[in-house]
Amino acid sequence: MALIHFNEAGFDKALQSDKLMMVDFWATWCGPCKMLTPVMEQLAREYEGKDVIIGKVDVDEETPLAQRYGVMSVPTVIFFRDGKEIERKVGAMPPAAYSTVLDANL
Amino acid sequence: MSYDILVIGAGPAGLSAALQARVRGKSVLVVAGDDRDNALYKAHQVDNYLGLPGLTGAELLDRFAAHARETGVERRTGRVLGVMPVGDRFYVSIDSDMKEAGAVILALGVSRGKKYPGEAEFLGRGVSYCATCDGALYREKRVAVVGLSADAPEEAAFLKQLGCQVTYVAAKRPEHLENDIPFVKGVKLEIRGEKAVTVLEADGEEIPCDGVFLLRPSLAPADLLPGLETDGGYITADRDGRTNIPGVFAAGDCTGLPLQVSKAVGEGLVAGLRAAEYLDQTRQK
Repeated sequence: MALIHFNEAGFDKALQSDKLMMVDFWATWCGPCKMLTPVMEQLAREYEGKDVIIGKVDVDEETPLAQRYGVMSVPTVIFFRDGKEIERKVGAMPPAAYSTVLDANL
Repeated sequence: MSYDILVIGAGPAGLSAALQARVRGKSVLVVAGDDRDNALYKAHQVDNYLGLPGLTGAELLDRFAAHARETGVERRTGRVLGVMPVGDRFYVSIDSDMKEAGAVILALGVSRGKKYPGEAEFLGRGVSYCATCDGALYREKRVAVVGLSADAPEEAAFLKQLGCQVTYVAAKRPEHLENDIPFVKGVKLEIRGEKAVTVLEADGEEIPCDGVFLLRPSLAPADLLPGLETDGGYITADRDGRTNIPGVFAAGDCTGLPLQVSKAVGEGLVAGLRAAEYLDQTRQK
């Protein structure tokens, strides 16, 4: 599955599914977010066909979503399961930091 | 934009490394903050640099920079926020931008700043190192700017412009801090809160705030590049400037004593050459 760019409605719909979710909260003005973009794209390709939804939320366009989850620094990657946050990682990290969490929860 | 080699730091080590890599035909970008943050810039007179006695630190820096520029070294002012190895490439984030390189040379100088109590605990929950990145998330909120770098007053003005209620904290009020930004003198700092930051304590004075922007001249090596081996605050590097991460080299004050120009220039030369060789070898594979 390709990387999904969520708006609030799409995000909430995905949240209600029974799939694991990994969401990158980012902003256009943030260098570390740009660094993370190819990593997220790579992970989306690697996990194609698995039971996981990988997406991004632009905190400037979807401010209420960022506020709902108390995102105070970008990038912040939050993992969800059954509608609830199970883990978050602040700052851009190498791919393994995210795949470890995905593998542990799939 | 992609470079062969990206050098972080524009002191004697960084510029020497950049020059040597250019001589070997590599494209080089040097990224550094304000020259005023450079330890050498503050030296009134340097008398032990062979053949060029009596110059001020700033004069030496100017000569080094001009020499590097003449060989085609590109330079950019900014704060590097992270280095990420991906395959045999590196992504480097610089403020709101990102660059790519085949090798990275760390010439950061000494980062003397120890972490403040509460800093690591509240990172991403009120503590930020990047006004450009996170400022907009603090619109209409109270933020404290801890000004440890020369460009911090401008960053404080940027945050104010975004709509943050800014208090500036430093050892002394910088001359070019905007007049209507309140200043609190503070050296001994502690960040406190519960789920997120609520207070910055500065020399015993409590400043209620939702965010604390810690603006140092550069990030600590291990924050810049997670997994980088350090010892007592210095980067562990061998005689070739190699760190424990393939493709990442280090030179100058950030590798340890003595903190001297000649040593930095020499280590920069070695790191520049070895980084160029490293690239040639990885390309052959």
